[in-house]
Amino acid sequence: MSNYLAIDTSANASVALVDETTGLLVDKRVSSKGNDQTETLSAYVKELLDTHGQKGQDLAGIIVGVGPGPFTGLRVGLVAARTFGFVWQVPVHGVMSLHALAEQVLESSDVPAEFVVASDARRKEVYWARYDNSGTMVGGPHVSAASALPAMPVFGVGAGIYAEQLEEAGAKPMPESFEWIADAGFLARRALSDLAGGKDLSDTSPQYLRESDAQIPAFMKQAKA
Amino acid sequence: MRFNEPVVLGIESSCDETGVGIVRGNKLLANAVSSSMDEHVRFGGVIPEIAARAHLEAFVPTLQSALDTAELALDDIDAIAVTSGPGLAGALMVGVSAAKALALATGKPLYGINHLVAHVGVGVLEGTVLPPTFGALLVSGGHTEILKVTSLTNDVQLLGSTIDDAAGEAYDKTARLLGLGYPGGPAIDKAAKDGNRKAFRFPRGLSLPKFVGSAANPGKHRNNFSFSGLKTAVARCVEHFEANGEEVPVADIAASFQEAVVDVITSKAVRAMQEQGLKTLLLGGGVAANTRLRELLAARCTSAGIELVVPPFSLCTDNGGMVAALGAQLVADGVAPSGLDFATDSSQPVTQITLR
Ligand SMILES: [Zn+2]
Repeated sequence: MSNYLAIDTSANASVALVDETTGLLVDKRVSSKGNDQTETLSAYVKELLDTHGQKGQDLAGIIVGVGPGPFTGLRVGLVAARTFGFVWQVPVHGVMSLHALAEQVLESSDVPAEFVVASDARRKEVYWARYDNSGTMVGGPHVSAASALPAMPVFGVGAGIYAEQLEEAGAKPMPESFEWIADAGFLARRALSDLAGGKDLSDTSPQYLRESDAQIPAFMKQAKA
Repeated sequence: MRFNEPVVLGIESSCDETGVGIVRGNKLLANAVSSSMDEHVRFGGVIPEIAARAHLEAFVPTLQSALDTAELALDDIDAIAVTSGPGLAGALMVGVSAAKALALATGKPLYGINHLVAHVGVGVLEGTVLPPTFGALLVSGGHTEILKVTSLTNDVQLLGSTIDDAAGEAYDKTARLLGLGYPGGPAIDKAAKDGNRKAFRFPRGLSLPKFVGSAANPGKHRNNFSFSGLKTAVARCVEHFEANGEEVPVADIAASFQEAVVDVITSKAVRAMQEQGLKTLLLGGGVAANTRLRELLAARCTSAGIELVVPPFSLCTDNGGMVAALGAQLVADGVAPSGLDFATDSSQPVTQITLR
């Protein structure tokens, strides 16, 4: 019997060990800060492996959140996950980070027929996607101002930050979820059910949703060939 | 671990090159580099976000390529070194995160090291013997520094640096003004070959007596550089020709610009060596490939009785081999590794050779 190692850095660094057969959370570590992924991630992984006597090369696999999320932090988790997979020779599975929030919604006693999850995209915007009550994504992922979200229940830290705008736009920010950020344990839950359903998760490309912002300077456009 | 000849893997990601190099002691075994330079061309300069995206995609393939070239397995590596700074923050974080994952997964010690000192550390590779104390001149798109190296592993001092643009940045900006494309260094060097370097007298930054002072009573900027005034002077010159409806003498401007840069860099570097009593100068950084810089520096070093050491060009530009080379020196000297908790430092000072 072995575990999966799950990593998400689309928000704060979040690392979990999840039982391969039961899908239950063994243990996890989460940073209280959103900008210390480089400092904390490897130390969290080491702590979890050491505490539970789990050897890296014996992992069932690695599950990594592919975003969307602020780029710099997101890449820290992705490059680490790919490197772990390379060294330990175990498969790396990519899962969209917003799915972790959707899994958290599915835990509650009455799940709305349709709902939206929203994370912090900075620059006065949210990353969001729309789900039905089976947890299937039916729209997204998108990045936009909170005011552009559909008029339905909205879960996640994005709902907390923009509660007022959401209400004005006719959406329903859900207060119990105002602190929710992508959690590696919930991310692993989605990965395990996807893998059980035969889904291919081998793509670990980051979901940036935004271009690099680079502008071609005016004087380059007119520069001689 | 074989402390005399440790096998060290070095990782570099401070700008637009993803580098993984492997050394055994002073011998370079592999130096794999993947550059995103082509993706920056249309912007006329390095775009940090584009560079960081490229590092993520390039890291594992570059690592694989270095191991293949060296014909080594990860088990054969004694230690890992990674550039922790200075450099672009988002780019540094990709390399450092990868290095930490690699160190944790392999159980090898990890050193977070200074990129500028690594440019100097590369000088010990391939049989070059450096004296106990020497000077270094680093010129690239990201840096322009004069260093005094008393010990590669524990005593490096900054004698002077640019107070605004790096020399390579000044080349890039001037190349854009002249419509010569990117990167500016080789483009200007090429255009300058057909030009008259005395056609225009462009300013040599921070060369006035009030900045320089005297050997006995040095001014604040005696060993420092500034290239922003030069860039403005070139822009005015170009505008002048355009306003008069005349053709811009690109070759003459390129040659005169290059002369201004190279003149001030070489004269300040050689003077600093003399005043510090240093007999050897190591040249590093991507602009080391510039023909006029090498020519003038060699001439001035010869007349001052200073030995000039220039590593092969592939080791002057940013690469993993230089990080590995410094890492091997640190291991051989018994310096303690950095652990897994350190942060990147985009303005890491040269006095901080390794993080702890
Ligand atoms: Zn450099």
